Amino acid sequence: MGIKLLLDKANVPGIRGYEVYRREGGYRSVEKALKEMNPESIVEEVKKSGLRGRGGAGFPTGMKWSFIAKPEGVPRHLVCNADESEPGTFKDRYLMEFLPHLLLEGLIVSSFALGANDTYIYIRGEYAWITDILEEAINEAKANGWLGKNILGTGFECNIYVHRGAGAYICGEETALIESLEGKRGNPRIKPPFPAIQGVWQRPTVVNNVETLAAIVPIINMGGEEYAKIGVGRSTGTKLISACGNINKPGVYEIDMTISVEEFIYSDEYCGGIKGGKQLKACIPGGSSVPILPANLLLKTATGETRYMNYESLSDGGFATGSMLGSGGFIVLDEDQCIVKNTLTLARFYRHESCGQCSPCREGTGWMEKILHKIEHGHGTIADIDLLWDIQRKIEGNTICPLGDAAAWPVAAAIRHFRDEFEWHINNPVLSQTSNFGLQHYADPIHVPA
Amino acid sequence: MSEQNLFKVTIDNITIEVPAGTTVLQAARLIGGQVAPPAMCFYSKLEGSGGKCRTCLVEVSKGSEKDPRPMPKLVASCRTTVMDGMEVKNITSEKVLDARAGVVEFLLLNHPLDCPICDQAGECHLQDLSFDHGKAETRYEFQRRTFEKHDLGKNIQLHMTRCILCYRCVFTADQLTNKRVHGILDRGDHAEIATHIEKSLDNEFIGNVIDVCPVGALTDKTFRFKNRVWFLKPMDAHRDCPTCSGRVTLWNRGDEVYRVTARKDQWGEIEDTPDGKPGWICNTCRFDKKETADWIIEGPREISRQSVIAQGHYAGQIGTTKPTEIFAAVNDGRTPHLLMDIHDESEVNQPNVHLGQIQGPSRGDTFNTNNTHKA
Repeated sequence: MGIKLLLDKANVPGIRGYEVYRREGGYRSVEKALKEMNPESIVEEVKKSGLRGRGGAGFPTGMKWSFIAKPEGVPRHLVCNADESEPGTFKDRYLMEFLPHLLLEGLIVSSFALGANDTYIYIRGEYAWITDILEEAINEAKANGWLGKNILGTGFECNIYVHRGAGAYICGEETALIESLEGKRGNPRIKPPFPAIQGVWQRPTVVNNVETLAAIVPIINMGGEEYAKIGVGRSTGTKLISACGNINKPGVYEIDMTISVEEFIYSDEYCGGIKGGKQLKACIPGGSSVPILPANLLLKTATGETRYMNYESLSDGGFATGSMLGSGGFIVLDEDQCIVKNTLTLARFYRHESCGQCSPCREGTGWMEKILHKIEHGHGTIADIDLLWDIQRKIEGNTICPLGDAAAWPVAAAIRHFRDEFEWHINNPVLSQTSNFGLQHYADPIHVPA
Repeated sequence: MSEQNLFKVTIDNITIEVPAGTTVLQAARLIGGQVAPPAMCFYSKLEGSGGKCRTCLVEVSKGSEKDPRPMPKLVASCRTTVMDGMEVKNITSEKVLDARAGVVEFLLLNHPLDCPICDQAGECHLQDLSFDHGKAETRYEFQRRTFEKHDLGKNIQLHMTRCILCYRCVFTADQLTNKRVHGILDRGDHAEIATHIEKSLDNEFIGNVIDVCPVGALTDKTFRFKNRVWFLKPMDAHRDCPTCSGRVTLWNRGDEVYRVTARKDQWGEIEDTPDGKPGWICNTCRFDKKETADWIIEGPREISRQSVIAQGHYAGQIGTTKPTEIFAAVNDGRTPHLLMDIHDESEVNQPNVHLGQIQGPSRGDTFNTNNTHKA
């Protein structure tokens, strides 16, 4: 049984309500932070913990907090990014649905550390029922003196507001989220200026993921140094992984980043192996936008070492032979899954979700989808694969926000690792409509050059 | 501007000193020529514009004197401010030219090639961009997106099919009029400029959206399909207008005024008035004053010789001097295929042989032997 810091109490009956949460030791970190610590020491503690942003990019949270501008007389804001829309990722939903007070607790401590009095939770529009849960939790916290003016008699004021989005993936990008929160069209802003200087209403703002903010609670409770001892290298603490796809036990798992990918997929404690006793073909380890990996490169790195479930190990080998931990949306594909179809589905998603500001992303995502649709339905040519490669190359890195990259990477990785499957699709236009390429060599041990 | 605030920036190996806060694009425009990156969405007179079309991407090979690290990605020069000692590569960078060719291809994916019937043809930024950076053929083989045409009020027509979503008109309406009624609906490649719901654009300055539109998406209904711009003669003129500066360009044919636009500079942007304000013009000047008598004519407007509008009008200076340079000389050595020299291709019709003096049917030999028949 691995260490659990966030979900350890998730199964306690009634933990969603304030009474049980408080009885189980909730809001201790707020007491500790507000009474025994000051904002600087909290930021210091978070820096020591080595906590990295859990939204996908993995940027050190303490460092992000220390960038926030502190001009005189200008209010600062903390925004919780609960616009979890990445296909395959549903960890924040679980956290907010079952432990709403854990998020609030993290928010209060973080707001104190950043000197933010008005804090927003920007929640995905589709999570309507969670909005109600959070609203209720906020009311409970307010009634018990954890929110509002003069919290715990320290004079610190904190108000939390829940803001529902209208169903756009792009609003998970922090500057688009800020625009949307201001009531504008959710187009990403051009950086610089960064939100830490000019965010919501041109005021210094920090935008953090739900899981990141929840992780502040154990960091304050146990101390940053203790927290940093969990995990390995620069991947400290625990990470929520939302596993889905062709596995026996899909769900949200808290892991301590020292377990191997193989153990995560096959052990009964986690995914419980591939459904129906089939073979693992491929996996998207960190949410739909990270590169897909074939089974052999997923379990072992290109140099033949075991791959672990942490930031460094999953990205070992760069994009050539590695991937990313991303947001922790672990999508497993078995031998019967078609990579071309999978790539088409992802391309369709990104085409639909592109905001349409930058021409490469706006036009390129639609073009890629059309070509993939053509290949999938047996009308493709070999030249189309090269064209796809060229299109994704011209989108990547040439857009304002990372959505362009996120749309390009899955296509690039699919072609890089599964080009023969694409070619098979093109060369067998009739057969590919009724059967699929199968496992082929994708699970074969990789040859490691001596 | 004090001495300390001048930043040295090197663009394509040309060094220039500009005030702090200048963008890379504007520094490059000060150098001019090919060094200036093309811009489809950036409009210096509109605050917040730019960064979207990605045609002005440049490579920053040295961040600044203090932090010489190169920037990891290509940056949009219109929204990147210069740093002291910055080194920028525009046309000297393979990466930039490659990315720009990609952007042009993307922009043209859904753009209809209806230039022969488009009113913007001849003064279209996308035409210029495609000529400079595009390819002769597209690799796109699917149906293009199309939209219905909309009338935005009695004077402006929106042809969304041609739109490249540069957002310039949205910024114009935001910043020039007191109540913006149009914007972007939807997102991605199905995003469209629209009013909600098909309202008319009704403001004294809204006609300026036609001038800022880089393509033929917003056109002047009083001019639509009346004439090609290169058949018209642009004249600078002004009138005493109570609402705007009244400084315009009239587009005449004979004595007839076909259309009125604001005066545009070499980057296709509105010129400033003498008091330093952008010379936006009002709807009355633009749509209603179509008589020569309404205007005080200042004289013919100088049009860049490389512009198609200059064809048949002037050669730079006012007057009727024909250009003395050959086409290739003003076009960086490039000659369009259609303007090939017939004498390079065929021995028939030598210029020194007068056709009227040839007896009977002529062959190639006729010209070689009849050298005595000098014109």
